Amino acid sequence: MRTKLIVGLCVLACLTLAWNIRTIFLHVPDEANQGAIFRILYFHVPSAMTSFTGFFVAMGFSLMYLVKKDLRYDSIAASITEVSLAFATITLVTGSIWGRIIWGVWWAWDARLTSYFICILIYSGYLMLRRAVDEPNQRARFSTVLSVLGCVDITIVWKSIEWFRTQHPGPVLSVRNGGGMAPGMEAPVYINLIPLLMLSLALILIRMRQEDLRHEVDSLRRYAHSF
Amino acid sequence: MNFLRNSLAITYKDLRSEIRGKDTINASLSFSLVILLLFSFAFDPDSDEVREISGGLLWLVFAFASSLILSRSFARELINDCLDALISSPISPAELFFGKAIANFVLLLVVELVCLPVFGIFYNVQWARQFPVLLLVVMLGTWGMTVIGTLFSAMTVNLRLREIMLPTLVYPFIIPVLLGAVQLSKVLIGGEPVGADNQVWFRLLVAFDVVFTLLAVAFADTVLVG
Repeated sequence: MRTKLIVGLCVLACLTLAWNIRTIFLHVPDEANQGAIFRILYFHVPSAMTSFTGFFVAMGFSLMYLVKKDLRYDSIAASITEVSLAFATITLVTGSIWGRIIWGVWWAWDARLTSYFICILIYSGYLMLRRAVDEPNQRARFSTVLSVLGCVDITIVWKSIEWFRTQHPGPVLSVRNGGGMAPGMEAPVYINLIPLLMLSLALILIRMRQEDLRHEVDSLRRYAHSF
Repeated sequence: MNFLRNSLAITYKDLRSEIRGKDTINASLSFSLVILLLFSFAFDPDSDEVREISGGLLWLVFAFASSLILSRSFARELINDCLDALISSPISPAELFFGKAIANFVLLLVVELVCLPVFGIFYNVQWARQFPVLLLVVMLGTWGMTVIGTLFSAMTVNLRLREIMLPTLVYPFIIPVLLGAVQLSKVLIGGEPVGADNQVWFRLLVAFDVVFTLLAVAFADTVLVG
């Protein structure tokens, strides 16, 4: 059942992505000031949204572990965090490519970029800590603490564009104060979000299956050691 | 009130133990002086640029010094299973955590207050022109570092890779507090008052300290007991 769901999600994501890429490259005009490179926004912004969503959902599952003390919630939280970290890296890389063309540098120490980089470091620390702790319940508790503290940092990231107003472009999407794009240019951002979310869900399911197998191997190993 | 009294009992115990042994504070002070020396090879110590980067230099020294103090905070309780005895004693994990955080704060503040005049002498910087406000910034920044560091110190105390894991976890978290403290220290060491432009950094420091103190106290039980 889970395999069918994963395959279904991947197929749907590929079809939606292919249709949307056609729209982005053939129907959306070049941006007046930036030219063709602005199209990277259609992958940069949905990846950022996917990673943000993932980090907050992971925090929810971590807190559910604290309440229910069921390790399955911890496995889900860890899987979501790993996939979200991959999307956060995509956001940073696409942003860097855009910066090279528009600003002339691969990296600028702007508040938003720096905060996002900090965010990636924090969640890399989260994964390192998980590897360093052997006892599953202790690992889950520590992960919960890091997940909640990490989300506080993400809030700083999210608001920093308004607080600091540095080199990073101001809000672009019309849902945020001060933002605004032509409707025909804005819609593909949201449409691209759908396949990326489907893809991340498929990856999370694959990662969860690996976690289940790992738990099974651990149980078998403990069983073998008991003889 | 009981919370504070029990926390201060832990602080008193830690400080008395440190005054008797002086291991951590000596190591931390020596390490800070070595870093101050090494900085003099990285750039011209007599140039005017020093004032521009003074805030950053100082807070890098403080951050490195903090890692030594913080890593010893819970590790010193591992000998003779003292940590287990503390956890099973009639004080809550939050009180234990808070008491240790205050002790670390005091130790780090002492190291910082020794480093400040040494830095002024080595790099020919008149750092004390706005001393009361600078002291407030140092205290706010130091509390931000110690509250996060003490929580992670408790988290990593039993790990194989404790010495590696602690700075890896702590430094990314304290970057916002370092950012605010560096900006404000740079202005204050330059002898200027904190203007309206820099008020945002003060607010960031205070907000960071309040939010992370509350979170750390709330999670102390989860980290220490489960």
